Amino acid sequence: MKSHWHLMVVDDEEVMRESLAAWLREDGYSVATAACGRDAIEKAKEQDFAIYFVDLKMPGGIGGIETMIEIRKMHPDASVVIVTAYATVDTAITAMKEGAQEYIVKPCNPEEISLLVNRIIKVRELQRENVLLRKKLTRQYVFQDIISKNPKMLEIFHLIKEVASLKTTVLIQGESGTGKELIARAIHFSGARASRPFICVSCGALAETLLESELFGHEEGAFTGAKARKKGKFELADNGTIFLDELGDISPKLQVDLLRVLQERTFYRVGGTSEIAVDAQVIAATNRDLPQSIREGRFREDLFYRLNVIAIQIPPLRERGEDIPLLVDHFIDRIAREFNKEVSEISEGALKVLMDHSWPGNVRELENAVERAIVTAQGHVLLESDFSFLKDGQHEGRWEVPTDLTLDEIQNQAIAATLRRTHGNIKETAGILGVDRSTLYDRIKKFDLPRN
Amino acid sequence: MRTVYVAPIGEVEETVVDVVALALWSTFGLPVKRFPSLPDPAAALDAARQQYSSSAILRDLQLYCPEDPVKFVGITERDLFIPMLSFVFGQAQVGGPLALVSCARLRQEYYGLPPDPALLYSRVAKEGIHEIGHTFGMVHCSDAACPMALSNTIAQVDRKRGGLCDSCAALVHEITGKEML
Repeated sequence: MKSHWHLMVVDDEEVMRESLAAWLREDGYSVATAACGRDAIEKAKEQDFAIYFVDLKMPGGIGGIETMIEIRKMHPDASVVIVTAYATVDTAITAMKEGAQEYIVKPCNPEEISLLVNRIIKVRELQRENVLLRKKLTRQYVFQDIISKNPKMLEIFHLIKEVASLKTTVLIQGESGTGKELIARAIHFSGARASRPFICVSCGALAETLLESELFGHEEGAFTGAKARKKGKFELADNGTIFLDELGDISPKLQVDLLRVLQERTFYRVGGTSEIAVDAQVIAATNRDLPQSIREGRFREDLFYRLNVIAIQIPPLRERGEDIPLLVDHFIDRIAREFNKEVSEISEGALKVLMDHSWPGNVRELENAVERAIVTAQGHVLLESDFSFLKDGQHEGRWEVPTDLTLDEIQNQAIAATLRRTHGNIKETAGILGVDRSTLYDRIKKFDLPRN
Repeated sequence: MRTVYVAPIGEVEETVVDVVALALWSTFGLPVKRFPSLPDPAAALDAARQQYSSSAILRDLQLYCPEDPVKFVGITERDLFIPMLSFVFGQAQVGGPLALVSCARLRQEYYGLPPDPALLYSRVAKEGIHEIGHTFGMVHCSDAACPMALSNTIAQVDRKRGGLCDSCAALVHEITGKEML
């Protein structure tokens, strides 16, 4: 159906404009017209057109080339055909350099125009098909609500399917924004407990006493304000799953209580005397380095081993760059629909900006960035300029050489940070820092630096 | 009932007008009437191109067009153009009342060949159906042998059959709400 394709004819001469538009309509295209460059730019803001026929010479300030440049700023892949009555080599070169798809001299043979239109539309159809195929491909990389084709993530998908049918405790570790809760939900909803409750507790957000009551419930009169008996999250999660997020932040007392639940599968309500049995899968998550917290005496080693039966380490987004295009397509599709915006694509330039960004806030930050870009986007394609805020942010957060440390302290910080990044890999760390391994070992030993 | 009027513009062979009228009647199943000859479109001449602006002739045709509901097709011997293109065989208002067909490039003489009246009648009948089809809102057909197919060359005109393809015929039936004759 050619009527799906919207074309635009831009010419100050009414006869020229309307006769070409009528001729194209006879072929089934939907054709809009604009009497000047400014009018064309305004119309292009509202929607993109498959082909723009733009007259080279138009009075009123904005000529054909300028009109094309403005349109291409909004729609970088726009197919613009520059039309002129007087061909010169100079104008042809300028037009093509500025991105015109074709440069034609009127009057031209009708067959020539038909072939030109068919050729451009064919390419557009292929592009549209490509977008659809990419969307299909994205679906292929979706597991529950998680999208990835990264080998480490695919291993995680496999592991999720394995543990979903077990009652084993799972510890999910990953930086903030990597999707720890999504993994926990995927485990729950892939297994036999899918129809049972999935209870989520954000441990880091609550004070110790409040969290205790939240997890285990309380009896009437257990503390001031406890006017009635209340079931805790563990009881609510019976036969289902309890997801303990930000577990690395809980107090020593609660660590002991939790250890007891994991060992005995029983607990007492706050202020209660009768033991309550619970049958729930426990999934814990943290963005903290728990072995480091153990060394610092902030986290119980026995609790760590109780939790760490199955460990899932989610790679940060910067280590799974291949997922960025898939995630971006997914976010555009979902967010544009939610916001009722006609954004459907991202330009190559904009995608490069996203691929080059380090994403300290991981997938959540990427999602927020796409959302912000969609809100401010003018056309149906997200452009590099729609993501300019990322560059500003990076500039603000740029690392600067500290001027109040000794050289030893700076060296130690550099070694510790690089070891963290390489997960304690001595060979890789030595390579990055440009020293041999024995020097690195000496330094670690001498200054008692953490290996992981 | 909707009527189709066929109007010769300037000097046009009688048989050509009759052939177009017959083709339209048999294709669209509507009453077809011959309209009195209209003056030669001298004002539409572009001296530099030595061709006639089809947009200008259509505009003039509007002045003679009877009250709705009608379709009004003008037939001329003049060679037509629109500014963007070197020529057009005809022009129509998609979904409007007016259409125009030129015989100039449908004649064998234009291509340096001896006259062939039968071939001319066959071509002008097909182009008449094509342009009136546009006025009924129909667009180009992908079947190259259907009169509603796009024709940019005389070879493409000759590739067409005299009658509409099944899907275009069904569309006409739906639009006119009449039994096909």
